[in-house]
Amino acid sequence: MILADVIGTVVSPVQIPVLDGRKLLLLKPVSPSGESAGQARIGIDTIGAGVGDRVLVIQEGNSSRQVLDEPQGAVKTVIVGFVDEVEMAGEIVFDHANS
Amino acid sequence: MFLARVTGRLVATISYEGLEGVPLQWIQPLDEDGEAHGPQLVACAAIGSGPGDLVHFVDGREAALALEETYVPVDATIIGYVEQVQRADTTDLAQAQS
Amino acid sequence: MMISKVVGSVVATQKDEKLADLKLLVLEVHDQNGKGAGSYVVAVDSVGAGLGDMVLYATGSSARQTTLTDGRPCDAVTMAIVDSWDLGGDNVYEKWKDA
Repeated sequence: MILADVIGTVVSPVQIPVLDGRKLLLLKPVSPSGESAGQARIGIDTIGAGVGDRVLVIQEGNSSRQVLDEPQGAVKTVIVGFVDEVEMAGEIVFDHANS
Repeated sequence: MFLARVTGRLVATISYEGLEGVPLQWIQPLDEDGEAHGPQLVACAAIGSGPGDLVHFVDGREAALALEETYVPVDATIIGYVEQVQRADTTDLAQAQS
Repeated sequence: MMISKVVGSVVATQKDEKLADLKLLVLEVHDQNGKGAGSYVVAVDSVGAGLGDMVLYATGSSARQTTLTDGRPCDAVTMAIVDSWDLGGDNVYEKWKDA
């Protein structure tokens, strides 16, 4: 799993059936302390996330299919949690309450 | 799953069994600003996309699952059009780059 | 998938037994303009490609989704022989002109 910031919403009028009715968000991967860390990607929202949230993202097919309960779905990036706090070596490097 | 722009079309009459009739298209992966990110690659199209379209694609083994025949050696497939990307700063990539 | 040109083949008498009987091709990776990118890949051939052919190859676990490579230690496989392509409406590559 990776950490990412939700930076936008994606509107897709025509797509493969497994994505129908699902909310797509534009994600920017970040390091634990919040620096940009990789190419922006599109994730399927399962938790009601919105722009500005820091989220936990699965970046792997099998796990994504489990979460969405779609055994044959062509899905690879799924948002599975809000990040409240990140601690590294005893130090809190991200705190949702103060962000 | 990543953003990309369709840049071209490719014809291959000899392909692995099960890939007959599957459209092959050049795509340029994009970053969050709609700028090119990394080299262009060839993807199968699971939708009726064409050059100029803003799309999203899935890479890796999952790419085959978007096709009718799912047991095929495919590592990138276009899975949807992108009509609008609304950023917090209100840039709309679909409008800005087309 | 990436575009590449078949520039050679590999013979390896001593190799993992699961690689027995596979035809190994040396591919030079090309870009969208048909220019050699100076990097090379060894791939298993699943379409009967020959020297000089422009081919598409798939990498990663996708490369094992052929009857030839299923369950074998293989991370690149040719999956199509390219006839032609265009970019932005301009023909870039046509096999019949590539003598």
